[in-house]
Amino acid sequence: MRSLLMLSLLVLGITAHAQETGYQVGDVVTDFNLKNIDNKNISLSSYPDAKGYIVIFGCNTCPVSRGYENRMVALQQQFGTKGYPVIMINPNDPEAQQGEAFEDMQQHYKKSSLNFPYLEDPGQVVTRRFGALRTPHVFVLQKNNKDVKVAYIGAIDNDPDNDNGSRINYVQNAVNALMAGKQPEPPFTKAVGCGVKSKRSS
Amino acid sequence: MLLKLGLYTALLNTLLLHAMAQQVSLVTVDELEHRFTAGGDTTYIVNFWATWCSPCVDELPQFEKFGVTHKDEPVKILLVSVDARSKLRTNVIPFMQKVQLHNEVLLLNETNQQEYIDRISPEWSGSLPATLFVNKGKQLRRFQEKEFTYDQLVTIYRSLK
Repeated sequence: MRSLLMLSLLVLGITAHAQETGYQVGDVVTDFNLKNIDNKNISLSSYPDAKGYIVIFGCNTCPVSRGYENRMVALQQQFGTKGYPVIMINPNDPEAQQGEAFEDMQQHYKKSSLNFPYLEDPGQVVTRRFGALRTPHVFVLQKNNKDVKVAYIGAIDNDPDNDNGSRINYVQNAVNALMAGKQPEPPFTKAVGCGVKSKRSS
Repeated sequence: MLLKLGLYTALLNTLLLHAMAQQVSLVTVDELEHRFTAGGDTTYIVNFWATWCSPCVDELPQFEKFGVTHKDEPVKILLVSVDARSKLRTNVIPFMQKVQLHNEVLLLNETNQQEYIDRISPEWSGSLPATLFVNKGKQLRRFQEKEFTYDQLVTIYRSLK
């Protein structure tokens, strides 16, 4: 009886952990419906012809995220018309971080060269579901029949300071692999970035 | 005469503090691990931060206060910046001149994030701020990817003693 209790506690623990950490590579993605800076909502299903998606958690205030914006724009130019559009979601709680409100996103978009949707995530619901922890944090998704699955999680490349002579373009390589019918290698990378801002849980 | 001496001492202190505040050594993960081992029973609180990370900058005073209130205890705070090495002269040192940190400041001398993030802790996603608590003598190692208040630092330090 006691071992049964322990087992159920263990299972509960694992479930809770899985929810906390968000999607892993291979997981099926639930569609979202979030407001874009033009006040129109965007979902994965807004792109009926998409073969996949490049979902980037990025924001207004993080210098690392901003430093990558030109490379995000290049990804949209390279892959947007090939069926892998870039969609950026702001994961920060505007009450926890100044400069991240919807109006600030609109302002930022106007001043930037961003060429893809930039969505707000009220209550950080989608952010938590994905398990986005920092900006920028990328999830490359692949559509198979009806399912959308996570194919790659991590960094855009290994060159945050734009000075690495031997740059590896992880996201570019991942999407190219998917287009060639292969799985991304590596499917997961880590990178230093700005922590997602949430209200202190103390 | 006394007044003059006092003035000189004050001036000297300011200059010394200024000079101390400017020192930033480079450190690799291996060198950090060597320090933890050499420190024996000392608890190391290693805060990973960057000048571009505003919550990190906001959190630094908590570590400064902790350093002052625990200066007679076997605990050592290391503020390890993960700013790019190319930003040492342009960003890190000017920042330190502005805020005058008393804890030891180091700059992480590593470039391969795929390697060093996991070596510091497999629990680290790479998000900043993040803090590592190590006591080699007691074989304790804890990592947290979050912002700390002074009280939280005291609580976790006491739990490691």
